[in-house]
Amino acid sequence: MRIVKLTIDGKKVEVPSGTTIYKAAKQLDIEIPILCYMDLKDLNIENKPGGCRICSVEVEGRRNLAPSCSTDVAEDMVVKTNSMRVINARRTVMELILSDHPKDCLSCAKSGNCDLQDMAVKLGIREIPGQEYAEMSTYRIDTSPSIIRELDKCIMCRRCETMCNDFQTVGALHAVNRGFNAVVAPAFEMNLEHSPCTYCGQCVAVCPTGALTEVDHTGKVIAALNDPTKTVVVQTAPAVRAALGEEFGMEPGTRVTGQMVTALKQLGFDYVFDTDFAADLTIMEEGTELLGRLKKHLEGDENVKLPMLTSCCPGWVNFFEYNYPDLKDVPSTARSPQQMFGAIAKTYFADKIEVDRKDLVVISIMPCLAKKYECQREEFSVDGNPDVDFSISTRELAHLIKQANMDLNKLEEDDFDAPLGESSGAGVIFGATGGVIEAATRTAYELHTGKTLEKVDFEQLRGMAGIRSATVDFDGLDIHIGIAHGLGNARKLLDEVKAGKSKYHAIEVMACPGGCIGGGGQPLHHGDASILQARTKAIYREDEEKTIRKSHENPYILKLYDEFLGEPLSEKAHELLHTHYFDKRKKIFQV
Amino acid sequence: MSKYSMHLLVCGGTSCKSQESDSIAEKLKMEISKQGLQETVQVIMTGCFGLCENGPIVKVMPDNTFYTQVKPEDAEEIVEEHVIKGKRIERLLYTDPETEKHVEDSKRTGFKRKQIRIALRNCGIIDPEVIDEYIARDGYQALGDVLTTKTPEDTIAIMKASGLRGRGGAGFPAGLKWEFALKNEADQKYVVCNADEGDPGAFMDRSILEGDPHSVLEAMAIVGYCIGADMGYVYIRAEYPLAIARLKIAIKQAREYGLLGKDILGSGFNFDIDLKYGAGAFVCGEETALIHSMEGNRGEPTLKPPFPAESGYMGKPTNVNNVETLANVPVILLKGADWFSSIGTETSKGTKVFALAGKINNVGLIEVPMGTTLREVIFEIGGGIKDGKKFKAAQTGGPSGGCLTEKHLDTPIDYENLVANGSMMGSGGLIVMDEDDCMVSIARFYLDFTVEESCGKCAPCRIGNKRLHELLQRICEGKGEESDLVRLRNLGDVIKDTSLCGLGQSSPNPVLSTMENFPEEYLSHVVDKKCPSGVCTDLLEYFIIEENCIGCTACARACPVGCISGERKEPHLINPDTCIKCGACMEKCKFDAVILK
Repeated sequence: MRIVKLTIDGKKVEVPSGTTIYKAAKQLDIEIPILCYMDLKDLNIENKPGGCRICSVEVEGRRNLAPSCSTDVAEDMVVKTNSMRVINARRTVMELILSDHPKDCLSCAKSGNCDLQDMAVKLGIREIPGQEYAEMSTYRIDTSPSIIRELDKCIMCRRCETMCNDFQTVGALHAVNRGFNAVVAPAFEMNLEHSPCTYCGQCVAVCPTGALTEVDHTGKVIAALNDPTKTVVVQTAPAVRAALGEEFGMEPGTRVTGQMVTALKQLGFDYVFDTDFAADLTIMEEGTELLGRLKKHLEGDENVKLPMLTSCCPGWVNFFEYNYPDLKDVPSTARSPQQMFGAIAKTYFADKIEVDRKDLVVISIMPCLAKKYECQREEFSVDGNPDVDFSISTRELAHLIKQANMDLNKLEEDDFDAPLGESSGAGVIFGATGGVIEAATRTAYELHTGKTLEKVDFEQLRGMAGIRSATVDFDGLDIHIGIAHGLGNARKLLDEVKAGKSKYHAIEVMACPGGCIGGGGQPLHHGDASILQARTKAIYREDEEKTIRKSHENPYILKLYDEFLGEPLSEKAHELLHTHYFDKRKKIFQV
Repeated sequence: MSKYSMHLLVCGGTSCKSQESDSIAEKLKMEISKQGLQETVQVIMTGCFGLCENGPIVKVMPDNTFYTQVKPEDAEEIVEEHVIKGKRIERLLYTDPETEKHVEDSKRTGFKRKQIRIALRNCGIIDPEVIDEYIARDGYQALGDVLTTKTPEDTIAIMKASGLRGRGGAGFPAGLKWEFALKNEADQKYVVCNADEGDPGAFMDRSILEGDPHSVLEAMAIVGYCIGADMGYVYIRAEYPLAIARLKIAIKQAREYGLLGKDILGSGFNFDIDLKYGAGAFVCGEETALIHSMEGNRGEPTLKPPFPAESGYMGKPTNVNNVETLANVPVILLKGADWFSSIGTETSKGTKVFALAGKINNVGLIEVPMGTTLREVIFEIGGGIKDGKKFKAAQTGGPSGGCLTEKHLDTPIDYENLVANGSMMGSGGLIVMDEDDCMVSIARFYLDFTVEESCGKCAPCRIGNKRLHELLQRICEGKGEESDLVRLRNLGDVIKDTSLCGLGQSSPNPVLSTMENFPEEYLSHVVDKKCPSGVCTDLLEYFIIEENCIGCTACARACPVGCISGERKEPHLINPDTCIKCGACMEKCKFDAVILK
């Protein structure tokens, strides 16, 4: 590997050949401004269209400025990143971008959290010449159950396109139109709802402006809490507690479970419960289902569907229903923890507190945008009353807490309420890629072998690699497990299943990078993938510190079966906790 | 041995065809037949002769008679008078604008004298739909020679020595480009001919493809041999149906003769060619955008490096060359690098085909040695400015170029000189302007085009060009300020400095060049709110010349807003405040009393 020597802003640096000027500068602690460039190293995602030209630098001997994010270094190169020529060019280009951008920062969802806003501030833009007569883009606003598209704000950075096409292989977004009218949109500029969009929200997670944001339900939360006739229940997903603190200036990976509960109680929720409880419930149902299929398979049944696929991720379910509808009976029939929670809350729990389900409002706090869509699915309601009324993201919760004048840093810790607030460590690890299947393994192993696990941690199921394979020894029986996070990786495993070549017994799929901790509703990482690693560590630490670490040992779960459900896969369990899937192919492109 | 004693060559280029030249050919054939002369007189449809404004063209050989603006009805007379009786038809003869006389021998015209037709060598002589005629003029000889006696390295060396540079506009040395592709090892390589020709008003490549398609096919096969490719594509814009048809015929005939396909001429070399079509995007003339378009992806340029020679079509090493560049290749290999490099200047060898257009007498296609001066091109070959007007500027390089003025007239045309003078060679469009052209309006016209054609990927071109256009529009409407000129300059410089591809890097050129050469004109627009050339209607007023006006009231009656006052038989007056500048009065006036100033 050749080493290249060059000079940047008068300082010498040596880097391997093939390094870009931008990265070489970073080694000298020179942070060249970037806008469209995004490098999520740990996930092998790089968005490098060279389109914004903000990162332009001067290179001696080169006629024009070079885009430092995508220009490789050369021997003896002399680079200036802040000459007046460069500064003038950067400011002029920024003025141009702003000249075609709506000026509604004050009420924009991204204000204070916007890469474009930060760059404009940094470059000191005070005036945009010609605004009085400048033509500006005018696109309609497209609202879907989870994502809002305001394309006037699109700066053609192509990050969403990269996530949707290259990483997720969903293909809902692509550059359309030409020149001034160019934007990134679904084919034929149709609404997101009619496209193959899975609502995974990864586009929202990377958008540097307010062009892509989540549907905001904080108003609904306030309305529900304000309504004296309603009993309001909240459930919080595992991934939320590992990231919420970032919105309050804490280091990524700080666990804020106790403070989060306090904040929710102070906001006025009548009961603060934990989705992790329902995660344990999911394991009971899904684990039993898996064992059932395995047993049949071992007995020689050729028709049993293996591998079994997890089904708790609604983005993944959508992807599945659009792309592999003929494999509809392959995934687990278990509902997601969010939905199982809602179903139990509005029956078992509603009975306990003697409240009619119509007067019970169930709200979920999720790292996810697809959950907003999931709770609207028709099959998850009874006589028109949804099991989960609506879902808000981690970001929306942070806004609510701040609106209520609370600082998470200063709150005391408190515990979840009973009976739907107690969870095992297995429930917590749902938040990370590999966590669901590890939780299932802990229970399935003991149920199948009748033995107690000496070591509860299954490191071979953990990690950030997009596709992972592991074999777990069920006391002499080898169980092959596949794990994918990112729908592009899931597609690879699914193609194997479709071709009948899959070697796995069970596959866990998470649509988002890193699993739910990287969800579309989480605090924005602004291109720093190490944040995802930090959140993952937090999840596994939370699990380690729990006394109960297996779902089937959660006493409240046992009580639920005892008092209400009977046993896993009982008729009642089927009615409340299981579902089936639909062929969604026809739905696409029906305008 | 030819049995024909006389040939009637009828131009079959798009321009002449649109004026029924194929009907002329048919009628001629009918007449010849009627007279029983079909064994001795042959009628052939050829490619473009170059004198496009004077078409349809019929040339009689061997006496070199050049008939212009021929109609199908003239066929009978041509056969009776010229073919049979040997008498030239005076009224159809080409009139040399210099001498204003009919020309009997076309070789002696100012138009022809200084031209050396290399790329256009067969246009206007052979029937492009008959491969034998191409072969008869040394066609496919170069390919045969290269396949049987030379190595790829030998051939590339000759091309490098010849000094042939890309004729698409960038002027990159062709031989060097081939060498890069040869050096990159891969299991598959491609040859691509860029026939997208997007510059408005440019039709050099179209004429070559319509008039001599085999020259391009032969060249592509030679490139394939040199770089190690067995597949070639001609990426041709869909707006060229005739060229597409001629190419298809040529490919079919070449395949039938074993000059394309497997084991060409028994050499063991395989090479085939197919067509890919553009879909109305100027930006797809840029090689990376072209390649993406070929792949079925969005036609957007991508960053270079990697260059196509390393990673091009389908990620494989690909060599992209312009049509005109390729047309030169077989001749260079037959006549030698020394011969080619003896033509032209120090840095720019060979000839260049130009599409002469605008306010010039001889509108059409010319091919001149590099180094010919602008003065020679415009006043000798071009026949001077139309209607005896004064020369103002010549735009070269289309929407990417700048203008050359009076002070540049004696500049020898070559790649470096044009760039040094604020313009560029481009693909060969040369638009001539006279005193009645407004340079600000011209700049705005070019921005119209680039704003429409920008792909939208990078911010400076996507938004910057739009803003440049807005500024120019306002200036032409009389809403400009002097500070706008400062902004135009800065925006133009930054767009050039930061755009991702050649389109944006050169789109401000028309503005910057016209501002540099005609600052008074810009100042007049923004300070005095006047258009000296009388083009920008918002800055002009309709005015009645008292001396010419006889008071017939025709204008007042035609005026839709009643802004013209005056008594019968008294000079009339237009109120400029209520005038909507529709021009109805000027149209109606039979006494030249209404002017725009």
